[in-house]
Amino acid sequence: MLCPRKPKKTGKAMSDINTPAALQPVSIRRPVRWHIAVFLLPAFIVYSAIMVLPLIETLRLSFFNTVDGVSTFIGLANYQVLFGDQRWAHDFWNALRNNLVFFAIHMCVQNPIGIALAALLSTPKLRFVAFYRTAIFLPTLLSFVIVGFVWKLILSPIWGVAPWLMGLVGMKSLFAPWLGQSGPALVAVSLISNWQYIGIPMMLIYAALLSIPEEVIEAAEMDGITGWSQFWKIKLPLILPAIGIISILTFVGNFNAFDLVYTIQGALAGPDMSTDILGTLLYRTFFGFQLQLGDRSMGATIATVMFLIILAGVSFYLFAIQRRMRRYQF
Amino acid sequence: MSNRARMSPVRTGLVHLALAAYTVIALFPVFLTVINSFKDRNAIFRSPLQVPLPSTFSLIGYKTVLGQADFLHYFQNSFVVTIASIVLVLLFGAMAAFALSEYRFRGNALMGLYMAIGIMIPIRLGTVAILQGMVETGLVNTLTALVLVYTAQGIPLAIFILSEFMRGVSDDLKNAGRIDGLSEYAIFFRLVLPLVRPAMATVAVFTMIPIWNDLWFPLILAPSEATKTVTLGSQIFIGQFVTNWNAVLAALSLAILPILVLYVIFARQLIRGITAGAVK
Repeated sequence: MLCPRKPKKTGKAMSDINTPAALQPVSIRRPVRWHIAVFLLPAFIVYSAIMVLPLIETLRLSFFNTVDGVSTFIGLANYQVLFGDQRWAHDFWNALRNNLVFFAIHMCVQNPIGIALAALLSTPKLRFVAFYRTAIFLPTLLSFVIVGFVWKLILSPIWGVAPWLMGLVGMKSLFAPWLGQSGPALVAVSLISNWQYIGIPMMLIYAALLSIPEEVIEAAEMDGITGWSQFWKIKLPLILPAIGIISILTFVGNFNAFDLVYTIQGALAGPDMSTDILGTLLYRTFFGFQLQLGDRSMGATIATVMFLIILAGVSFYLFAIQRRMRRYQF
Repeated sequence: MSNRARMSPVRTGLVHLALAAYTVIALFPVFLTVINSFKDRNAIFRSPLQVPLPSTFSLIGYKTVLGQADFLHYFQNSFVVTIASIVLVLLFGAMAAFALSEYRFRGNALMGLYMAIGIMIPIRLGTVAILQGMVETGLVNTLTALVLVYTAQGIPLAIFILSEFMRGVSDDLKNAGRIDGLSEYAIFFRLVLPLVRPAMATVAVFTMIPIWNDLWFPLILAPSEATKTVTLGSQIFIGQFVTNWNAVLAALSLAILPILVLYVIFARQLIRGITAGAVK
């Protein structure tokens, strides 16, 4: 890695000016460039030791279990338990299904509203843009603890803020303690998460919209394409790469989400596990909760499955979507 | 800009209406929490939407919070962890970004790719082995464990953003430095780092928010009383005082405060960073 090497024909050969050999073909006189190692090593060591190796170790652990007090290789037996054992399989598929619903709600509610807000914000010559932008982004900065409890209080039938607000628009009779009902709880938690994270798609799309050059918009206006149809026909195709990015960010974020469910519904993801997602399942499994003991091997197995899901999503995005997307250079 | 989209006042009005409506949705829960934290118990329940009046004003919630839980200590832990992690992420990230963007060496592209994996794959998935490693090295229930994890978590994005910016630093400048006899280290610390300061601020903000708000790692790696962060501390405090609404609302308001302050300080930088970085 650090061996001297023929300089590329083009580019930054000049940056190697301190090593005269750089300008000649491979030469034994050229010293090893230790400074490259010094610059790279701290990041490489911390990243490898705390992130990459534990990830690999976790994948490895999923093929092991404790037999007679000794960690033993047991092949795919953990996976057989996860998918074959009735209780485990039920919990896992329940969590995966809930996670898919959680993701679907983010894609159908959070991202379209975020894009719409960004489109409104990018209206030319609009006043108070900075204020709106700041206010709408604020919830994203709050911790899950704050968001979770604030919404728990608002939706609590004891306090009565939510029923009172619904009463203002004549819908008081529709109020129910959603967080406590196993059907609507997942939708309610997902919408709270949407409320919190809407700032991210809004900001990224807003930035993408701002980067569309004036000339393109002016040309569209010359052709009589304005307003609504301008957004659909001109701007939307140009911000598709940004929409791809927010989709994959949402995907990765949702499939390792944990905190919001934990703060609102606790580690058991009540009521009756109706809000259990993969993150809470992983936490309970490997760390244990109340009467359930922590199980490292099964935890590693679930983490591996989550890893494969996220890897599949990211690969799908990189190879199937991002490559086909047309990018426009201005 | 001159003759662009002359909008009718009606349409401008509708745009403002829509944005203002969403602004209310975004701010209402925060507003509700803060106003009620300054009211007495009866007023919280009787008229939740009223701002505190002299007759209903009360600081009892704040007294309970500050008297019961060691919030100052939790704040201190959060500050130490967040600041130490940011410093390490910026230092290590900038050094690696410099190596990757400045020098050609065998394995450069591969190394860049290796570092980029961490942007997409969440570090949480390795928690089982991270906990095991921390137990083996005796780092469980220390702030060091958290700092190490957050540094590893922040490095990939820092390298990605900073190397983009460092490619923009003029080669002529660096070569002039080399001719003047500066070492590679001096070129990095004295020429390049000052020039990418805006990018460093962006990275700092992006790194800071998830660290300050994280619940997962403090819960698993450092749940002891001495090492609780403010996020974990308020989570547990609220769990214990769940029926004492004064205390809960006061604790929530206190937890909102530092983020608000940081946001006001860094808002411009954050917006600039997103606008500059997300476009490509």
